[in-house]
Order: sequence, then structure tokens, then C-alpha cells
Amino acid sequence: MPVTRGFTGRRRATDSTTPGRADRLPPGQYDTGSEFPSLTAEATPLVDVDSWSLSIDGLVETPQRWSWREIHALPGDSYHGDIHCVTTWSKFDTTFAGVSVDTLLDAAGPLPEAAYVMAHATTGYTTNLPIEDLRGGRAWVVWEYDGKPLAVEHGGPVRLLVPHLYFWKSAKWITRLELMARDRPGFWEQNGYHDRGDPWLEQRYQGDP
Amino acid sequence: MTTPPAIPPATPPATPPVGAWTTATIAEIEREDRLVRLRLDVEDRIDHLPGQHYVVRLRAPDDYTAQRSYSVASDPADPLLELMVEALPDGEVSGHLHDEARVGDVLEVRGPIGGWFTWTGEEPAIAVGGGTGVVPLVAMLRYAARLGVADRLRVVAVGKTLVDLPYAEELLAGGAFVATTRENLGSRVAAPPYPEELRDLAEGVERAYVCGSVGFASYAQRLLGEIGVRADTVRVEQFGSTGT
Repeated sequence: MPVTRGFTGRRRATDSTTPGRADRLPPGQYDTGSEFPSLTAEATPLVDVDSWSLSIDGLVETPQRWSWREIHALPGDSYHGDIHCVTTWSKFDTTFAGVSVDTLLDAAGPLPEAAYVMAHATTGYTTNLPIEDLRGGRAWVVWEYDGKPLAVEHGGPVRLLVPHLYFWKSAKWITRLELMARDRPGFWEQNGYHDRGDPWLEQRYQGDP
Repeated sequence: MTTPPAIPPATPPATPPVGAWTTATIAEIEREDRLVRLRLDVEDRIDHLPGQHYVVRLRAPDDYTAQRSYSVASDPADPLLELMVEALPDGEVSGHLHDEARVGDVLEVRGPIGGWFTWTGEEPAIAVGGGTGVVPLVAMLRYAARLGVADRLRVVAVGKTLVDLPYAEELLAGGAFVATTRENLGSRVAAPPYPEELRDLAEGVERAYVCGSVGFASYAQRLLGEIGVRADTVRVEQFGSTGT
């Protein structure tokens, strides 16, 4: 591909002064610094925590459902690290708190044939993930960001967090995890985005390797 | 009542086309204060749907790259692809496009992208854009005008001033309702749009589009809700951040 006449790259100059930060930036991403961009496809819902619940169903031994109070009673867990959005911003050193998806899946008991998960939001938004991406301490259901209740524009009161994949996989306003034998495209995946979305492999759009 | 003209299939294809990386040559460039309008000749272009966007990637001599997404302003039938870019403070890509790019430069581009924020003319729709959020709405307006279905699209455009608002003249000429928030416009006192001003425009719409900053998108969604537009018919494209 051609070099862009006159372009040298501005941000990189500042990034390289902070050791290690450049290594934490997947290809094609930039460090958004203290900003926290917000992207949403649908009308922002007002989720009432008193009527909200999270269900796990589909290919499980025991379907589960937690109310707001019940999910808070589970052993808590948190994530500290980076997040990457397909629109090319990355944000370093974020802290989210909630519960590990492992805790939730263990309670439901995935059947051996459960290979994929469809995450459903209260808005009808969906996103599909291989089940392995939700296991092994790599995925959370979170309601706190930086020690404060998660803001509605960032998916509050509660969202999925799968930080090792592009952030559209971290469904805002999560309400259901459906375990499936076969993969099925979710909302953005039907609209041209990748089924897995690994930022380090730059899996942005359908057809990317 | 005349027969509506033929329009493309009722729904976009299940998986809309996502083009591979290709190159585009700047055919025309026009700078204003903080805006730059680029008209690109795209190699092996795939037709977009009104509302879709493109990614522009810049490459430094040592192969360092930076890429950003920009909404398309042109009609799919336009032989060139038109982008309207706002130069952001310290914007790595927008700054280059605004200050440095010139006719004949070759850029890497990928698109069209996004199969959700699209309008192909079937449903009567209201589209509310703030600032550069009007860009995809301009593509919809141009498309509607070409197909003779302009009566199915009501555009609401909001800017600080008329000079600040991209495509202000074209929007006004195309019948958009324009509101300015920092200067009076004719007899209209500076203010964001009021529910009463939009109520008639929302009459009978089956789809709504909102495009703008996070703050604007949140305002526009509330406004549409107040005038009875159902939340599940609203499609949102927002940009910028909450600064936390």
C-alpha cells in the first residue's frame, strides 16, 4: 500500500515516550487517553434494576436467572486492563467490577455441545461469541467502572465485558446469555462485522482472516 | 397521487457488502474553517447505501498507520465518493486531511461499512443530525432527491451557527428543518429544536435516525421520544466521548 504523502504520524511521537504503551496497542488502534468514547446503535434504554434480570439458558444443565440483588450476592470479581473498540480507539488501564462469567456458567453447567454464546441486551441487541472466549477468567458481567456505577451511555447499569475482543462483543445492557451448538451472527455480525473480533488479529469485518 | 418510482429491494442484503482495502485518489478538495470536503476517486468501488461509512488509513514512510471512520455524504450514483471531515483538535487523521492533503494524493480506504444506519427509501423516516452528524443525512437526502422520494425523508439539522453546520445551504434548499443554537436564524431565536417544531415532521414516520455527538444523540433521542417516535424505530450513530 502507498505511503501517504506528507504523513508522519503524530500520536506515536507522544506514545513512544511512555514505555510499553506502544506494545499494548493492537494494529490500527490509537490511544484515546482519558477519553471514553461511546458508540451505540439503538436508542439508549433506561434499564430498571428492580425488573432487570440476567438469564443463562439454551444448552445448559440448569437454566439460571439472577435478579439485580442476587447477582450482587455472588462472589465479586474485577478487571483491570485495556479495552479496544473496532472504531480504532483503545483505552488503557480501565477498571471494571462485577462478576466473572465463569461463576455464572458454572452455576448453569454448559452441556458438552455448547460451543457458542449469543449475548442478548434489553434493547434486542445481540452479539455472538465462542464459549471459550467467555471462560478462563476473560469475561465479566460488570456494573462498576472506575469504582462508580456504570453510566448508561457505557452500558449501565450492567454490561458484558470481554476485553480481549473488540468492544462491540461486550454487549451493553446485557440480560441473557444463550448457549448454542452452532454459531449464529449477532447484530453487528449480520451488519458486516467479524464473528470473533480479535483486535490483535485485526478481525474487524466479515472476511478478515 | 402519482405512482411512487421504483426503488431498490425492500431490505439491504442480509450481509451488506464490506469492501476490501483499496486506494482512492483525491479528485477535489475544499477547505473551510474547520471542515474539509474530500471527493475521492475510489479504485474498484463497491456501491454504498445512504448512511454507510468508510475507513480512511494514512501510512507513514516507516509503515506506521492511523485510520478513522467517516460517513459518506455522496449519493451512491455519484461517480466520486464524498466525505466531509471535521478537523478535531490534535486529530491525527482529520488534521492531516484538513491541513496537508491535496488533489492527486492517494489514500488507503475501506468501505462501505455498516449495514444498520442505512436508509434506502422504503419507510417514511425522520433523520436528526447535529454538526457533522448531518453528513450521512446528506447522502440520504441526495439519494431521495434522485429517486423522487424526498417526501419520505424529513431531515432535522442542528448546528451552533449556519457557518458551522456542514452543508447548511444544501440542507435548507432540500427542505430540511434547520435549527441553530448560538445564533438566531431568521425569526427563530437561537435554541435547540423544540418538540412542537418537530411534531408535524414526525407524523407517520416508521423509522428514525439520530447522528451526532454523544450529548447530541442523547438529546435527540429524548426529543423524538417526547413527540411519540417509538424507541425501537430509532437507529443511532454517535461519535465522540464522555470524557471520563
